[in-house]
Amino acid sequence: MSAYRDKDPRIHGIQSKIRVVPDFPKPGIMFQDITTLLLDPKAFKDTVDLFVERYKGKNISVVAGIEARGFIFGPPIALEIGAKFVPLRKPKKLPGKVISEEYVLEYGRDCLEMHVGAVEPGERALVVDDLIATGGTLCAAMNLLERVGAEVVECACVIELPDLKGRERLNGKPLYVLVESH
Amino acid sequence: MMQKAFVFSSSNPISLQLSTPVTPPVNAVFPELSRGWIASSSPLQPPVLRLRNHQRALPPLLCSASDSATNQQRMASQDGKDPRISKISSAIRVIPDFPKPGILFQDITTLLLDVEAFRDTIDLFVERYRGKDISVVAGIEARGFIFGPPIALAIGAKFVPMRKPNKLPGEVISEEYSLEYGTDKMEMHVGAVQAGDRALIIDDLVATGGTLSAAIRLLERVGVHVVECACVIELPELKGRERLGDTPLFVLVSSA
Repeated sequence: MSAYRDKDPRIHGIQSKIRVVPDFPKPGIMFQDITTLLLDPKAFKDTVDLFVERYKGKNISVVAGIEARGFIFGPPIALEIGAKFVPLRKPKKLPGKVISEEYVLEYGRDCLEMHVGAVEPGERALVVDDLIATGGTLCAAMNLLERVGAEVVECACVIELPDLKGRERLNGKPLYVLVESH
Repeated sequence: MMQKAFVFSSSNPISLQLSTPVTPPVNAVFPELSRGWIASSSPLQPPVLRLRNHQRALPPLLCSASDSATNQQRMASQDGKDPRISKISSAIRVIPDFPKPGILFQDITTLLLDVEAFRDTIDLFVERYRGKDISVVAGIEARGFIFGPPIALAIGAKFVPMRKPNKLPGEVISEEYSLEYGTDKMEMHVGAVQAGDRALIIDDLVATGGTLSAAIRLLERVGVHVVECACVIELPELKGRERLGDTPLFVLVSSA
């Protein structure tokens, strides 16, 4: 499901503010840079509003944001819908007791961590990141939340790269994005 | 100057949600625990210096050198600690021996789990900075990314992430800074800010002030006026405030 397809009038403005940087982090990759979106207060606000309109009043008690760009979009959404914000972090950043979920990268593995006790069983959660590519990171995030008994209601990203088929990797969990980039 | 924030009128859901409906008293922006401001009456700080910074930092609305005596009185007698502060302070968890033995780590993640306290935290900053013609909120990776954007959205400013090396994809400028052992680097995108922009720098905590002063240098190098640094927590014993030179520092909670 995407607002892009729904053609909300705010989408065009949001999409036009995203900058594509070729060959970052390595040759052949077209990097979707959201920092230029953040320089446009109206477009940034519209981005947050689109998510808030979708999730307000849906009894969501947790917004989990993936380090680091999920930290930019997650908290404004959480504040507006009255949910807790839970940062999901790279290893060894969170100071307290954590649970970890390993996931596969193109070469090698990485790990995502969440504080024990941040989320309780039965809570309804969103996972937020700036972009979904292969879906590996989002999948790890969902697993973390489900392991502690939370219900992942939806994953929400500003941008999807549909050619990388991340949506399929989400085990049937719904994904909502604002912009698709082919 | 007419702010771009005209889109943030009273019908804007974000500002409605975040601000309390009553107009806070003038001194609400000086919570008792943000001792830096009250320090104008402290024997350790020359009062004039503190207030001069104050005036430069913010338009005369809050404080002016000509009113200095009256203002000192007003601030000193304002024992009305903002009631939101103690809830914020108690929501912060202290973790001993992280990241290494002897360090008491101030964990703000527990604050983020308390919806009211997180909202109050943002409100306290927004009340201070709204209507002050601030065009840029710069947030320091990664915990500055949590507090900076909600403030930026509410006051109608751009949000600019200040990042560790090799994270920003476009052309960057870098500033090196010292760590306890060795150095690190902070980067900002070229073109994110313009000469003449008025900026806030946000982080969760100020310790030695090394990171914040690197951020100040980065912004000043491109002609930005850094109005103030704003943090949730200060560790005053580490004297970060002094390291910021002329740039004022505003904090909500002081942890000695």
